[in-house]
Amino acid sequence: MTSEEKGIRLTEGQVKRRRSRSLAIALTLGALVILFYVVTIVKMGPEILNRAL
Amino acid sequence: MSLVERQDTINTDSLVWDGGQGSVGDYIALLKPRVMSLVIFTAFVGMMLAPGQLHPVIGGVALLCIAIGAGASGALNMWYDADIDQIMSRTAKRPIPAGKVSRDEAFAFGITLSIGSVATLGLLVNWFAGAFLAFTIFFYVIVYTMWLKRSTPQNIVIGGAAGAFPPMIGWASVTGGVSLESFVLFLIIFIWTPPHFWALALFKNADYKAAGVPMMPVVAGENSTRNQILGYSLVLVPLAVSPYFIGFAGIVYGVASAGLGAAFLGLAVNVWRLREGEPARKATTRLFAYSIFYLFMLFAILLAESLVAGL
Repeated sequence: MTSEEKGIRLTEGQVKRRRSRSLAIALTLGALVILFYVVTIVKMGPEILNRAL
Repeated sequence: MSLVERQDTINTDSLVWDGGQGSVGDYIALLKPRVMSLVIFTAFVGMMLAPGQLHPVIGGVALLCIAIGAGASGALNMWYDADIDQIMSRTAKRPIPAGKVSRDEAFAFGITLSIGSVATLGLLVNWFAGAFLAFTIFFYVIVYTMWLKRSTPQNIVIGGAAGAFPPMIGWASVTGGVSLESFVLFLIIFIWTPPHFWALALFKNADYKAAGVPMMPVVAGENSTRNQILGYSLVLVPLAVSPYFIGFAGIVYGVASAGLGAAFLGLAVNVWRLREGEPARKATTRLFAYSIFYLFMLFAILLAESLVAGL
């Protein structure tokens, strides 16, 4: 038995559901990145261009 | 002699882990989506009625955070109540008693979303609203779920405050504070909660009894509960008309809330009058169903009036 085969073994169903949960977490994190970016722009407004060069 | 004498004797080759069974849908179910929809709606009305302007994107963020905060409370409630949820028919199919999500997973999910929603509301909208959301989650999970629910028949009366806070948080997202108007919106939901929940408790009495939850019909008896439903309804109906007299709702709301309230009172009188057999059961289910429609209509008319006024 190789070392990779030791430890907790997930069933096929667990692996499948873990994949769908991971995908949901990735999408949520992506959405949060976009959200914080958009809100930053909204909060700064036209001031975003008003800065010393 | 070694300092470490104990050896783990578990054979890791044969370990099977029973966690990780939950699908994305199970985690969404932990958020109590139906409760969440009412929270979103009442918070939205609070935001729309509040004086001042909020950028639509910021408003959307506020609603999202309030919704996720409410969902997180639901997940933590299911984490704590898993033992009684599996006894009651209404809750036996929830993800934890159904064996799809473990208690630890639900706890981690609830805590993560609580912190995330409060921090996001504070950072992106304002910290007063963020603190208010944190207090609401605390109130629902610690005060209601852990303390009151299993110890007093006044559980849903006091705990109902948690469900009544969302319009105030919506209002606070715009103004950064509270006011008489937002407090009246709170009071309407707060006083609406006992007749709504006790109507449910009357026809689910056996469930609560089996689970040992001291709901009013279990502790004080059905007759006393019917009297109290009528009492709260008599306070609720004029209170629901009060936004018109205070001046933050128009004549349409004034007339409609009086009409809707008269129907509510009629159903509450039926619950009080009909105490035996099938007619009694029908009266309680009717009041329960109508109470949801009633609250929805009150807030929908307030919203419609504010939208028309804004044109």
